[in-house]
Amino acid sequence: MQEVTEKKEFTPNIVAFCCNWCSYAGADLAGSSRLTYPANVKIIRVPCSCRVNPMFVLKAFQQGADGVILCGCHPGDCYYVTGNYYTRRRMSLLYSFLNYMGIEKERTRVEWVSAAEGARFSAVMNDFVKQVTELGENRRLTDLRVKEGE
Amino acid sequence: MREVELKMKERAAELLQSGEVARVIGWKKGEFYFDPTPAVFESADELDGFVYNGFCGANLSKYLIQQSKKEGKTAIFLKPCDSFSFNQLVKEHRIKREDIYVIAIECQGKLDVEKLKEKGVSAVTEVEENGGEVVVSSLYGTVTLAKDEVLLSKCETCKSKVHQVKDEEIVFNEMQAGKKDRFEMVEKLEAMTEAERFAFWKEQLSKCIRCNACRNVCPACSCIKCVFDNPASGVAAKANDSEFEEQMFHIIRAFHVAGRCTDCGECSRVCPQNIPLHLLNRKFIKDIDTLYGEYQAGETADGKTPLTSYTESDAEPNDVMNGEAK
Repeated sequence: MQEVTEKKEFTPNIVAFCCNWCSYAGADLAGSSRLTYPANVKIIRVPCSCRVNPMFVLKAFQQGADGVILCGCHPGDCYYVTGNYYTRRRMSLLYSFLNYMGIEKERTRVEWVSAAEGARFSAVMNDFVKQVTELGENRRLTDLRVKEGE
Repeated sequence: MREVELKMKERAAELLQSGEVARVIGWKKGEFYFDPTPAVFESADELDGFVYNGFCGANLSKYLIQQSKKEGKTAIFLKPCDSFSFNQLVKEHRIKREDIYVIAIECQGKLDVEKLKEKGVSAVTEVEENGGEVVVSSLYGTVTLAKDEVLLSKCETCKSKVHQVKDEEIVFNEMQAGKKDRFEMVEKLEAMTEAERFAFWKEQLSKCIRCNACRNVCPACSCIKCVFDNPASGVAAKANDSEFEEQMFHIIRAFHVAGRCTDCGECSRVCPQNIPLHLLNRKFIKDIDTLYGEYQAGETADGKTPLTSYTESDAEPNDVMNGEAK
């Protein structure tokens, strides 16, 4: 058997929760405008950013995500009027708490991206991927069994 | 404390005999002096084993969820800190205020039998409280100790000596609230680097044996169906089989009570592994206080909680993370 000596370059796994009405449409616009964002961003469409249960974020990390970003409509523009106001409080507390547990604060982010901001979506994702790549692999909040045999 | 106990027993007997209440929730003598257990008394004859001493640290309010659903009124003895949990349960519609008769009782801080053991005092047979001192009698003699050194950690930072709810009161002496700052340790942790904090929590949480005592005792954690009992959750195992599960369990547990935790400190009191679980809850309390205004869960039985309300000018999560939020 040939020994693998080549060291693979680290490409982070990024999970992006995008709300159906603004950020997911923003991603769509980025695509149709031929703007690129890294392929290692895995988008999960949610009806509203408020749908994101803290458990989703933890699960994403458990299953091998190196960074989690949550995108929703700009405050005041929520399709459901107030959903993202609750998200804002919830995620402030959750991310601050994860940091308190020793999880690097660069791994988590919340960004508001509207359906008209395709360019912004692309820029945000590129920036976040760069940030997490610099940080390296997520080792503090991961279930080691999931990565086995990779 | 003795006079309080006698008066409590007397009132419990009166209430039960007159039929005003169908049951009384209090404490019963355990196997030893230092392990009184919460108990439900349904007749005056059962009151023989009734106790109230320096080791009655348990918060009785959670027992109301089951007991107050039964026929007739339920009387309960509440210390000042327990009355916050009571209000919180009323607020969340877990219990009905009119089904319950609240007897507010005196509390001068409860003792930690583990701390007594550290001082070399075991087999305690009686404790006399005398101002700032406790006179502990044991099978091996009598010692006098400074009370501050043997208090339960939740009592060291006692948040209030005012009962938030009461139908009657059994208080003979003025109660002194704790003087220590409850956020001292949280601040110390915040000042550490991420790696140091991670190491701290890893060390603490790896002691966890997943006995679920913290979940079961928590008055805010009162769902009948629980995510940790769901085999598909991945965190319902009898033991944690990875580092992640330890963190996951405690993060989810703390988040579930964020904005509702009254800081009663029961989680840390019951933890058989002495994990400082209250430090998790206090981080949420501290963040809520600084970001959304001072809030004490259980102060009133109505109104919104911080996580079920918002203002348009709330801090942005990214600013919070960078320490730029006010």
